[in-house]
Amino acid sequence: MEIAFYLSGFVAVLATVLAITNTNPVHALLYLIASLLAVAMVFFSIGAPFAGALEVIVYAGAIMVLFVFVVMMLNLGQAAIAQERRWLTPKAWIGPGILCGVLMVEMIRVLSPTIGGGIGGAVIDGKAVGIALFGPYLLVVELASMLLLAALVAAFHMGRHD
Amino acid sequence: MNAILEFLTAPAFVAILVEVGKGLVILFGMVIVAALLIWIERRLLGLWQDRYGPNRVGPFGSLQVVADMIKIFFKEDWIPPFVDKPTFILAPMIAMGTLMLAFMIIPITPTWGVAPDLSIGVLFFFAIAGLEVYAVMLGGWSSNSKYSLLGGLRSAAQMVSYEVFMGLALMGVVMQTGSFALSDIVAAQKDVWFIVPQFFGFCTFALASIAVVHRHPFDLPEAEQELAAGYHTEYSGMKFGMFMVAEYVGVVLVSALLVTLFFGGWQGPVLPPIVWFGLKTSIFVIIFILLRAALPRPRYDQVMGAGWKFCLPLAVINMLVTGAVVLSNP
Repeated sequence: MEIAFYLSGFVAVLATVLAITNTNPVHALLYLIASLLAVAMVFFSIGAPFAGALEVIVYAGAIMVLFVFVVMMLNLGQAAIAQERRWLTPKAWIGPGILCGVLMVEMIRVLSPTIGGGIGGAVIDGKAVGIALFGPYLLVVELASMLLLAALVAAFHMGRHD
Repeated sequence: MNAILEFLTAPAFVAILVEVGKGLVILFGMVIVAALLIWIERRLLGLWQDRYGPNRVGPFGSLQVVADMIKIFFKEDWIPPFVDKPTFILAPMIAMGTLMLAFMIIPITPTWGVAPDLSIGVLFFFAIAGLEVYAVMLGGWSSNSKYSLLGGLRSAAQMVSYEVFMGLALMGVVMQTGSFALSDIVAAQKDVWFIVPQFFGFCTFALASIAVVHRHPFDLPEAEQELAAGYHTEYSGMKFGMFMVAEYVGVVLVSALLVTLFFGGWQGPVLPPIVWFGLKTSIFVIIFILLRAALPRPRYDQVMGAGWKFCLPLAVINMLVTGAVVLSNP
């Protein structure tokens, strides 16, 4: 399982970098989808298949579909690609890149003591997640559902024909 | 030499080989069935519409598929110069690959099936259905033609809408079983098939599954009258063939899922499980074909309205009632 974890982690990082650097919006979104699938694979490899499946269903299968949908409708052509290419200058990315590198080094430093036994623990299936959600985290679940309901009503209101 | 022989005959290794072999048999069997369905559909449509259908090649025209395949393999695989090449090539692969992958969760018989005990079985199908949308969307977008794009947009909206209540429609079954694994769901239908307690779940899931594999009457993404051939207008040769076969793989897949989830899977008296599974699945496949023969294509806003205003509330109410019943009889 450790091989699967590191492999999918590597794919996730690589796909995310390519999603940022790609100048074609749809291709960049495809890399982002690949990255989300790789993250789902990471969840599978650390024994959380339920979280992995939800990652694919919700992020790769629903949210990213809407992203691709919107980008398709915008009809971005060669002009958009050229503009992206103009913006992607070393001046724009070196600063944030260095900051992210520092953060990554810190994160690896913080996580390193746990590496020995971090991967491949107990498998958390759907039932365990459900018990956790509707047990100790009940209030949070209810609050999140109310927030979603409010968002739904707001979206309906905005999309209404007057 | 001995070490290698020992390794090759070790029980664990042999077991892996047997499982891989079974997986390959299921995969190829399913692709062959899907390809044969093209001929079966045309013959059945002919029967119902009072004409012959393809009856020239081989006995009863059964070799029509072989002829079609030979033709399609030798056709020039033309990629128009105005398309976005990587996504244009990727789209048919996603169409066929994702749907074939979903077969791994189906318990064909008690012993045949790639991963029927997968603890997230039903969710895995939803994930596959979610990814399948990309095939049509990317096919439509990358073709760089207005008909394809319209087909892609339609399919994206349609499939996202229908996936919402497809998940909810199955939650009744999952609640009654207490597990996402399809082998558990089949085992839970030992006494009574889930079609009885979950009738509305079955109705909504059946509608959603037709919409998700965009078969008629939900084939708005490729409506001939308005959109030429919709998202695959620019495709030809084997890439078009992959879209075509993927459609039939989808039909077999959702039929097998309907059987597994609502009609007791491989269970049945006297006959062996494989026969029961085959019989039940083929009945659903034929119903799918009959739907195409019998129903006109609805308008696009009617399709969306039916999904959001009728099926979604029905699925939610079904889930609510099932939840109440399950909780009150522990």
